[in-house]
Amino acid sequence: MKNLIRFLTKNSFVFLFVFLLFISFVLLVQNNNYQNSRVFNSSNFLIGNLYSTINNVNDYFDLKEVNADLAEQNARLQSTQIGTFSKINGIVVEINDTIYAQKYVYTSAKAVNSTTNKRENYITIDKGSLNGIEAGMGVVSPKGVIGTVKNVSENFCSVMSVLHEKNAVSAKIKKSGYIGSLVWELGDYRLAQLKDIPNHVKLNVGDEIITTGYSMVYPEGIMIGKVVDFDLPEGNNFYNINVELSVDYKSLSHVFIVKSWMKNEQKELEALNNAN
Amino acid sequence: MIRDVIKYSISFILLVLAQGLIFNNIEFGGYVVPFLYVVFILSLPFETPNWMVLVLGFVLGIAIDAFTSTLGMHTSATVFVAFCRYYLLKMVSPRGGYEFNTKPNVQDMGLTWYLFYATVLILLHHLFLFYVESFKLTQFFYTLGRVLASAFFTLILVMLVQLFNYKSSTKS
Repeated sequence: MKNLIRFLTKNSFVFLFVFLLFISFVLLVQNNNYQNSRVFNSSNFLIGNLYSTINNVNDYFDLKEVNADLAEQNARLQSTQIGTFSKINGIVVEINDTIYAQKYVYTSAKAVNSTTNKRENYITIDKGSLNGIEAGMGVVSPKGVIGTVKNVSENFCSVMSVLHEKNAVSAKIKKSGYIGSLVWELGDYRLAQLKDIPNHVKLNVGDEIITTGYSMVYPEGIMIGKVVDFDLPEGNNFYNINVELSVDYKSLSHVFIVKSWMKNEQKELEALNNAN
Repeated sequence: MIRDVIKYSISFILLVLAQGLIFNNIEFGGYVVPFLYVVFILSLPFETPNWMVLVLGFVLGIAIDAFTSTLGMHTSATVFVAFCRYYLLKMVSPRGGYEFNTKPNVQDMGLTWYLFYATVLILLHHLFLFYVESFKLTQFFYTLGRVLASAFFTLILVMLVQLFNYKSSTKS
């Protein structure tokens, strides 16, 4: 303590100088906008950089939620798109205050598991009966068709993907409009086969294959893939067409579950035909 | 002693007024500004306690800043000069210390001594002041030019003041 006091008194001149200079600088920074902004800018430069670095890192942790939000939003937007509505035609309409009735509703979901190497491949999705998912609904991703919901639990559902030997998707060639059936004949998970295209149809490599919307599982016009090669076996009326799927089943993430409002109505109507 | 206090008080007021009302308005293209008021710190007697020089420097700076509403700018510079003055006086002190009742002016210490003493302190003051004012090093040479030109101008004024003092003291 004695030494400290001696040290202080010995150097009182320097301390007084530092003290007065400190006061001057406090006054300077507090009362002069220019110096003020400079000081805080330079401290902002350091701290701001630090913050932005931390933010950059933090953003990665948030990406998951942000993506989920965006997917949710996309689903909502897609539900309001005109393509998901069907126009009500006809002269006599019972009760009709809009010209469009909603046909499809999209729910965003996330693929949590996916297989591609089995004969019957399924994809597990993190939405279930609690979210209103029912068996038979279609599942699409922004890139294209994925499959149909097979089994539903409370929080999950399993989707029979296109890569399932018993799954057949009603598909058509976008350019000519001819309708066929898309199946997967095992093997390469990138390739599916389009059947029932008659031999008089003109085909080109690169033709786009899209959904028909006939089965009411998927909306019409969802991308399935592109023709990569085709051949016409001797004495056969139908092409063998290889279709490269637009969806990469090995890198699935956000998907949309499609609920069709009119599916039951259509099915009931079609069931009448069989009953008669 | 009392006479000195009164004398320095009057010169303090006169210098602050002269700086605030006259010299601050002399700007050669916004480039050269003379800061005569430092002469107050230069001319304080050798016997002035060091802490008093610092405090007087601080008060002088506040007074000047009040005119230009740049609180802290001149204050820091004058405090800095008061601090440097102590070490400079120590450095250039004659053998056996300063004689009693002598003051740092041309008359007592000689022209060469005073020129050196004044030039160093004025340069230090102006360097500090102009760099605090610009507060960045991007315009380093522009600011340095301002410092040198203004310091030269201030030095001339300081020497003029010495000239007046010299005459008056030889008469008395």
